[in-house]
Amino acid sequence: MYADITAWHDAVNIPLVDPTSTNGVLSLIWLVIALPLAGAAILLLGGRFADKWGHLLGTALPIGSFLISLLMFISLIGKDSGDRQVTQHLWNWVDVGTFHAGFDLLYDPLSALFLMLITGVGSLIHVYSIGYMEHDPRRRRFFGYLNLFVAAMLMLVLSENYLGMFLGWEGVGLASYLLIGFWQHKPTAAAAAKKAFVINRVGDIGMSLAIALMFVTFGTTSFTGVSHLAGGATDNTLNALGLLLLLAACGKSAQVPLQSWLLDAMEGPTPVSALIHAATMVTAGVYLIVRSNFIFELAPEAQTAVVIVAVVTLLWGAIIGCAKDDIKKALAGSTMSQIGYMMLGAGLGPAGYAFAIFHLLTHGFFKANMFLGAGSVMHGMNDDVDMRRYGAIRHAMPVTFLTFAMGYLAIIGFPGFSGFWSKDKIIETALADNWIVGLLALLGAGITGFYMTRLMLMTFLTNKRWKEDVHPHESPAVMTIPLIVLAALSVLGGVMLAGNWIQDFLAPVVGVAPHEDPPIPALGVTLLAVLVVAVGVATAWFLVGKREIPLTAPQDVSFATTAARRDLYGDAINDELVVRPGKGLITALLGIDRYGVDGVTTGGPIAVGAVAGQLRRVQNGFVRSYALSLLGGVLLVVLALLVVNVG
Amino acid sequence: MNDFVNPTIEYAQLWPILVVFGVACLGVVLEAFLPRGRRHLSQSVLAVLGLAAALGGTVYVGLDLHKFGGGAARGLIAAEGTIVVDGPTVYLWGLILVFSIGGVLLFAERRLEGGVSAFAGQAAALPGTEAERQASTQGLDHTEVYPLLMFAVGGMMLFPAANDLLTMFVALEVLSLPLYLLCGLARRRRLLSQEAALKYFLLGAFSSGFFLYGVALIYGFAGSMQFSDINEAVRNDASNQSLLLIGMGMLAVGLLFKVGAAPFHSWTPDVYQGAPTAVTAFMAAGTKIAAFGAMLRLFYVAFGSDRWSWQPMLWVIAILTMLVGAVLAVVQTDVKRMLAYSSIAHTGFLLTGVLGVQSASELSDGQVTSMQAVLFYLTTYGFAMVGGFAVVTLVRDSGGEATSFARWAGLGRRSPLVAGVFAFFLLSMAGIPLTAGFVGKWAVFTVALAAGAWPVVVVAIGSSIIAVYFYVRLILLMFFTEAEGEVASVTTPSLLTSATIAVGVVATLVLGVVPGPVLDLAGHAGQFIR
Repeated sequence: MYADITAWHDAVNIPLVDPTSTNGVLSLIWLVIALPLAGAAILLLGGRFADKWGHLLGTALPIGSFLISLLMFISLIGKDSGDRQVTQHLWNWVDVGTFHAGFDLLYDPLSALFLMLITGVGSLIHVYSIGYMEHDPRRRRFFGYLNLFVAAMLMLVLSENYLGMFLGWEGVGLASYLLIGFWQHKPTAAAAAKKAFVINRVGDIGMSLAIALMFVTFGTTSFTGVSHLAGGATDNTLNALGLLLLLAACGKSAQVPLQSWLLDAMEGPTPVSALIHAATMVTAGVYLIVRSNFIFELAPEAQTAVVIVAVVTLLWGAIIGCAKDDIKKALAGSTMSQIGYMMLGAGLGPAGYAFAIFHLLTHGFFKANMFLGAGSVMHGMNDDVDMRRYGAIRHAMPVTFLTFAMGYLAIIGFPGFSGFWSKDKIIETALADNWIVGLLALLGAGITGFYMTRLMLMTFLTNKRWKEDVHPHESPAVMTIPLIVLAALSVLGGVMLAGNWIQDFLAPVVGVAPHEDPPIPALGVTLLAVLVVAVGVATAWFLVGKREIPLTAPQDVSFATTAARRDLYGDAINDELVVRPGKGLITALLGIDRYGVDGVTTGGPIAVGAVAGQLRRVQNGFVRSYALSLLGGVLLVVLALLVVNVG
Repeated sequence: MNDFVNPTIEYAQLWPILVVFGVACLGVVLEAFLPRGRRHLSQSVLAVLGLAAALGGTVYVGLDLHKFGGGAARGLIAAEGTIVVDGPTVYLWGLILVFSIGGVLLFAERRLEGGVSAFAGQAAALPGTEAERQASTQGLDHTEVYPLLMFAVGGMMLFPAANDLLTMFVALEVLSLPLYLLCGLARRRRLLSQEAALKYFLLGAFSSGFFLYGVALIYGFAGSMQFSDINEAVRNDASNQSLLLIGMGMLAVGLLFKVGAAPFHSWTPDVYQGAPTAVTAFMAAGTKIAAFGAMLRLFYVAFGSDRWSWQPMLWVIAILTMLVGAVLAVVQTDVKRMLAYSSIAHTGFLLTGVLGVQSASELSDGQVTSMQAVLFYLTTYGFAMVGGFAVVTLVRDSGGEATSFARWAGLGRRSPLVAGVFAFFLLSMAGIPLTAGFVGKWAVFTVALAAGAWPVVVVAIGSSIIAVYFYVRLILLMFFTEAEGEVASVTTPSLLTSATIAVGVVATLVLGVVPGPVLDLAGHAGQFIR
């Protein structure tokens, strides 16, 4: 239907979204979303009735989704690479005037990988949560929210149009809000939930404006339609679309300048941090940009903006990670930084899209692994999160230690581990694109080596600094088995790169980059990266491992440390730039409301009442004066007629 | 000597109106011959049956309307050119009959007064005398109210269907005279009721005089009573303009008095307050519908080609009416008076609609015509008014209906259902979305805007805001004010009143949520035929 207007696309070499209908096992696609959604409904509406078995049902349903996803994935691989896009039309969703949007699902290599990640890691985290939330009186509700999250996240990655994606986008935002504030008795948790919600709204404005702009420009929001029509839009429109989508991605993926909510979001239960704020939801921004490649490829300015945001964030998060004593916040800073790498990959165009997704997957494994490991440590340490109170836990919790170590080696990019392959590819591509960006990404890798080693040393090695009543013990099997699985994936995730599999697999979605010879040979880049990381690790060893760690954080530290501890003044910047002017505006509006609006609304009736008080005297009850007013009316009518016509 | 020519009467098309008049006459006969004990039941049943038959006939005539005209015109000019049966006539007949059935049901309500109707036991007995007490203790009823109502309904049906000035005048009197009587028949507060009836009669007679004078002047100008002939004369004859204009003004006065437009409104609050509430409900809806129908026909058919002469005058009247109605309603402390002023404000909004674009050919697709807007507004207004006044009959204290605001304080806590229903009617009158009133207001404002009458629309919106204030004030009083002193409580009515209120609520809600079908029906009524 779009054939006549897509001549442009051959020139730019962007694959179009052009799916066929589902059949066979692929037509079960709706069930992938429906299962966890049903779980959320049953658990949240079921009330205390579902207390006993709610967590088991809530775990079984995502596992069901995972099995279907696996079957679909196998079926998809069995097809020719050209036939790997299928769509399922569920029903007409919006049908108003000229605006039509179907409730359509799209299953292609990109969403297939996301499905595996979300349902796979999601299921593991559900299993883990059975142990982690065992003693929580509101466990059923927790699993209900988790299922809601999984359903919304699946909707986000499966929708065939931006409107449906927005539904999922808002759904994960809601679930994130509910789960960050799950321990609502803690004021900090409630505040963190609100903060995440409000900052995400800023991003959502970008998303909704982008959807509106798409509708105005293209008359549709479906990927098929937009990808076919994008070439017909002006550069300004495309750049505006790109920047709006980037704003949306910044909100959801905690990229500068909308990054500050992610650190506070660690107030939520640790499985939530692992699932939502490490492995899946926060990567939705990367998905958005990769999915919208047909817009970004035509909007070079917006693409440059993506790269800038990515580089700033990857350093910003890494620096924050260096100074945090709270194990979860250190990991959160790291997450921010790693998503920066993914965004960097996504900003580099067809050369980087596949690596962005590759890093997204490996990060999903090793970061979920480490968050769950941190949760396991906290479980053993009476929910203490201060690493200055840890030390030498490796003896008490050997399984946690070993699995965590696998994640550690993966994230710093130890040769052979999954993170090594994925991060190396992004740095390599960045260097080929622009050497400044490449060097900054390399620097980020060094800092990653530093802060992760610091975290590792303070937690598992060095000497005991425990509080008196703490007796760390290994977590139950229901928690350690997911850790072991994730550790294995952290180690082996790199196989996806074998024989360029992931590039070829994603090519129908993101296109193939024209081959360029890098300025430095690939092996040279790899060696350089390993060297930089080694420097980072060694620095940490000498600064942290070789010294005594004080029980409270020293205050006489350099400006850089203070700044990093305070999240590089992210909150202060927000306060100055947004909150303070906002408060000023509110005060002004309040004044206008009080004296202007209230003045009119209270003064108005008083004035009307006064007028009425005079007027009602005419209504004195005497027929004679009524007749007189009637006569006056006659004169008025006749005069009005005569004045207009004769005058 | 001329032969007597038998006039042709199109019984097939006119029988709804004839049924109503026939039943009215039959009611008079029954009144004379039936024993007192049986009158109430037989009269009320007869009235309802007559109205229902007429309603059925109206629907039947309406469905076959296109057959009568023969070609383009939908409808026909009947009874030797005196009565027109066309789309608007049929729609208005339907409306009048629906609200009249509601009126009869309210008239027949006897549970509220403990076994007797709301009408005086013996109207001739002086208030406060032994005779009155006797009539009261014997449980007497004036069952003449039903024939009176039927005559008034007949007049109301004839009024918008009249095709010449004389018929219109006769219809005006036929609808008015029974109403004067009915207003004076309240069982409680009889002096107030009688005073209202007398005021209404005197002022009505005064305004009828102007109307009749206008008829004479227009006859002098056009040499005919027929609307189509007047239209021809207006179009072709430039002489004697002042005769035309003054005559037009006099006719307008008669009609504006009936609809209660300012400055001809002063009877409205006194009469609405003094009349038995069932009568108020009936006449608030019926009179206004009939008189607006007549006004539309007179101005669109007879003076249609001279639109620019009368429109400025109606602008002034509309603006004045809306402001007077809305502003004076603010200071009222009696529910019935407040509703009376509200009805005046509604007259202003309806006049705004009359100012709109008349022919569908001047409109783009999807816009409504003036006729359609006014007809729809009358529908929504009628349901809210009949329902609203019906609720007023339920709220009582030891002295009968308690209409003072002070008695209504806290009603929402004592009787949430009744107060909620009343609040719903008030919201519809205020024009809050999801009620019928909103769609009606939207319709009349848009047609006026399309015709360029934006100053009137600005005033209309301003008046609506003032109106919201006094409606919401009453809602606040019912739900959020602590009661002090003696308060009114809700008496449970019989099925008659409950059914009327329920129909009002459902219609107001349905017309607010899915106005399409009725709006289409009003549009389908089409235009007047000449």
